[in-house]
Amino acid sequence: MTTTPIAGKATAVAARATDLSKVYGQGETQVVALDRVSVDFRQAEFTAIMGPSGSGKSTLMHCVAGLDTFSSGSVRIGDTELGALKDKQLTHLRRDKIGFIFQAFNLLPTLTALENITLPMDIAGRKPDKQWLENVIAMVGLSDRLGHRPSQLSGGQQQRVAVARALASRPEIIFGDEPTGNLDSRSGAEVLGFLRNSVRELGQTVVMVTHDPVAAAYADRVIFLADGRIVDEAHAPTPDTVLDRMKQFDAKVRTS
Amino acid sequence: MFRTAMRSVLAHKARLLMTVLAVMLGVAFVSGTLVFTNTISDAFQKSSAKGFDQVDVAVTPKSGTSRGDQVGRDAQLTQATLDRAAQAPGAASAIGVVSGFAAVADKDGKLVGSGFSTQGANYWGDKDPRYPLESGRAPHGAGEVVLDAQTAKRAGYKVGDTVRMSIDGPVLTPTVTGIFSTDDGNVAAGGSLALFDTATAQRLLHKQGSYDEIDVKAAAGTGQGALRSALDKVLPKGQAETTTGKQLADDQAEQISSSMSSMKSTLLVFAGIALFVGVFIITNTFTMLVAQRTKELALMRAVGASRRQVTRSVLAEAFLVGAVAAVAGLAAGVGIGAGLRSLMGATDAQIPDGPLVVSPGTVVTSLVVGVVITMLAAWLPGRRAAKIPPVAAMSSVHATATTRSLVVRNTIGALFSAAGVACSLYATTMSDGTSAQTPLGLGAGLLVIGVFVLTPLLSRPVIAAAGPVLRVFGISGKLARQNAVRNPRRTAATASALMIGLTLITGMTVVAGSAQQAIDKMASSALKADYVVSMANRNPLSPEVAGKLAKVDGVTATSGLSSEPSRVDGKTEFLTGVDGATIGALTDLRVESGAFRVGGRDVVVDDKTAKDHGWHTGSAFTTHFEDGKRQRLTVAGVYEGNDMMRGIMLDSAVLTPHVAHPADLQVMVKTDGGTSGAAKDRIEKALGDNPAVLVQDKQDISNAISKMFTLMLNMLYGLLAMAVIVAVLGVINTLAMSVFERSQEIGMLRAIGLDRKGVKRMVRLESLVISLFGGVLGVGLGVFFGWAAGRLLATSLSTYELVLPWGRIGVFLALAAVVGILAALWPARRAARLNMLAAIKSE
Repeated sequence: MTTTPIAGKATAVAARATDLSKVYGQGETQVVALDRVSVDFRQAEFTAIMGPSGSGKSTLMHCVAGLDTFSSGSVRIGDTELGALKDKQLTHLRRDKIGFIFQAFNLLPTLTALENITLPMDIAGRKPDKQWLENVIAMVGLSDRLGHRPSQLSGGQQQRVAVARALASRPEIIFGDEPTGNLDSRSGAEVLGFLRNSVRELGQTVVMVTHDPVAAAYADRVIFLADGRIVDEAHAPTPDTVLDRMKQFDAKVRTS
Repeated sequence: MFRTAMRSVLAHKARLLMTVLAVMLGVAFVSGTLVFTNTISDAFQKSSAKGFDQVDVAVTPKSGTSRGDQVGRDAQLTQATLDRAAQAPGAASAIGVVSGFAAVADKDGKLVGSGFSTQGANYWGDKDPRYPLESGRAPHGAGEVVLDAQTAKRAGYKVGDTVRMSIDGPVLTPTVTGIFSTDDGNVAAGGSLALFDTATAQRLLHKQGSYDEIDVKAAAGTGQGALRSALDKVLPKGQAETTTGKQLADDQAEQISSSMSSMKSTLLVFAGIALFVGVFIITNTFTMLVAQRTKELALMRAVGASRRQVTRSVLAEAFLVGAVAAVAGLAAGVGIGAGLRSLMGATDAQIPDGPLVVSPGTVVTSLVVGVVITMLAAWLPGRRAAKIPPVAAMSSVHATATTRSLVVRNTIGALFSAAGVACSLYATTMSDGTSAQTPLGLGAGLLVIGVFVLTPLLSRPVIAAAGPVLRVFGISGKLARQNAVRNPRRTAATASALMIGLTLITGMTVVAGSAQQAIDKMASSALKADYVVSMANRNPLSPEVAGKLAKVDGVTATSGLSSEPSRVDGKTEFLTGVDGATIGALTDLRVESGAFRVGGRDVVVDDKTAKDHGWHTGSAFTTHFEDGKRQRLTVAGVYEGNDMMRGIMLDSAVLTPHVAHPADLQVMVKTDGGTSGAAKDRIEKALGDNPAVLVQDKQDISNAISKMFTLMLNMLYGLLAMAVIVAVLGVINTLAMSVFERSQEIGMLRAIGLDRKGVKRMVRLESLVISLFGGVLGVGLGVFFGWAAGRLLATSLSTYELVLPWGRIGVFLALAAVVGILAALWPARRAARLNMLAAIKSE
């Protein structure tokens, strides 16, 4: 455990997991997906979560993002403790404080690009901040595509709509689940560039699950998971350093 | 391929559930109808065969035919005829039968049984073999009667009790001397049977010295045929007709089965409607299943299955679904048949006991209907499945949305609709209601098909019109509206299923409501009288009644209304006999020409009769009465007739002397204080508080008419409810499938912050929108057909006017909304409970 949060650090924490465990099943068939994980996601930081399949990286993200329940421990988004929330409060928390980007874009085919972008605000019944919205749209370069429906957009454009949707409501934290998994490398690079810009220029907090070292290299910090535990952490990574670490774990896992 | 189909059915059990239910309901309706009608028909036939045990040959009077100026009169079976019949070679005994109407009151003074099946007849001698006595003895003289056991039990009469009865108005109070058991069909059907001795029955039923029928029993060793020929020889020629008991039983059986078959075909029409609605659901289900399985089917094509094999696998699946549903439907139908029988048994309309009849025909019909309907409905989706290219197996497209243009479809729909409207409009311009039926029927058919075909096109503007209302519900409303028009074909098929039922319900309500008002108007507008007195079963009243009423306190005018046949210019015309002095004060018929003057030779004639004979005010004609006498009459005026009062109206004083048994159909009464409870009480009291006599004011008449229409409409609603239930299954089915197909979207919506309530609301609103769309179409078409059919009715019902039952229409639309909300309960719950993570990840 190398990532025990350091108290009193200058930057505020956007989300924090403490001794987070997630266990499926009981008795002999019991599977531990997360094993007492503690981690901080600091504001205005771009974090990538990496690990081999079954390492628990997606589960960690789902639990922290309030999409999944956990067995023990605690999760905080800002000042809110998720464990105590009922489904409705959790839903409202996701709506108001969290942005999501999925691998499969997940846009509503019946809505136009603009309507998809403002969907979280529409659900909340809030008017979007016009200036902010324009900035976001300009940043992802969709100004001339706003009236199109998802079926009229390319995969890369669709994921840019999804990024804009996540940014538009100015959430406290954005979670991405393999956001480049369904994209070609050029479109993927674009999307990752937007996410990094949103952190650098707009002060957004982003947490992304990925298995791609190139994608992880866009992040400020990479945490590595294996067997439901955080096994390593790297700051200012490059694709090569990430790949090296991954190889080390693979070797460790195989020999252990 | 069959094994693949089997696996597929098992894999999609839940998704096929609604289809199975829809087919099952339709089949249950069909088999229930068959089982029920077969069972009753069988029971009635067995009981009627028993009823002819005592009759080997029946002798009936020859009915008269009118010829030239002579009114035809039935021959009479006299005592002499009876004696001759009894002495015919091979005859063991002969019984003279006298029968007619007789009402029996229970101890509270209420009529026992429905008015039309309460009978009176004669008890033959001291021991009538037809009516074995359970207790007491045979009736003798005017003051004694025997009752059937069922009536005695229902009304609580025992031997020795005094019973209140009536035959043609005046009250009789004979003593019950005996109670008998009988297989008589009327009694079995909930009526009553009261027997007097023969002389009393003849007197009371106005058949002095004559019989309605003579039943002859053959001596041992004589066949029915031989006895019949023997009787034909001894009986006076041209006076009597003979029929063997076997023939009578056969005739009755024939009559029963023909009346049953009309009931059966009516019920089957409604079963057909339910099945037709079911077709939409089946087609919809299989279309969706095929769309969901595009990849799987394409894979089958890729590994070498031919197009035909793919179509066959879909049809095999349909066969399995249809077979399961048909078997379940048959079982349910047998249950329905049994249930209906015991339901009928529990009400007044009793039917004879008998075993439940499930004929092989019923089984085969039900199974064939279920399987064939399902396979027919799945045929189109099956063809579509065959068109999936093998390469679709490789593409990652989830479910290809139907992007085929609707242009061809819309053109066809528009053509059909236009032709339908044109045909219907043409029919409404025709003056003859009967010949207009064909173009109207054709027009209705074309228009319904046209609207079906056009529903996808109509769905967008109609549902868009609901937009402003849905906006109130925020994002859920917006998404619901867009989801509803997302797959116009599917929405259209779902809404159409509901549309059919509502079109029929609305159309019938419009016509029935308008007709009710028209008849009501006709019955009361021409009437100035405060009360109309008549027998409960519309049997004639004794002339005594009019005389008694005239003497009641406060009564200012009375007139009987009789109707007797006569011959005028070689044609039979019914003469309406009224009191010439008072009729003007009692009726308010519009006079077209001349004066409304009835008395002596002066008569008034309705417009139709006048036209038929070419009469005008002042025309004179000769009428030949029933007794052969004739009378010269003058037309004093021509009035506008209606279905209650029409024909040649003349003074009873002129008519009565020529009639053998004078009787009034009704008596009209005017009182000085108008209608009041006290006046009614006085009138009823004057008639001896007779249960068989109705004293009705205009309101009572209106109520009776409206009761009749309400009953009829309720029965129709009940029968059409099945079609609506099937339509509800269709809505549930469509929504469940939509939720399944859109689970990824729903998962995303939940993830980005739409709460469960919002998801539920979205599904419910979509359901509401689809149902209301079907409701609006159905009500619209129903009103149009109601209007068009009403135009035809108006040609024969002069007071007909279109009345739009706004209240009911509102109820129907509310019903459609309720259907939508109920249908969405389960799919909405499922959508809200969806596992978000699984949904987002699923591809």
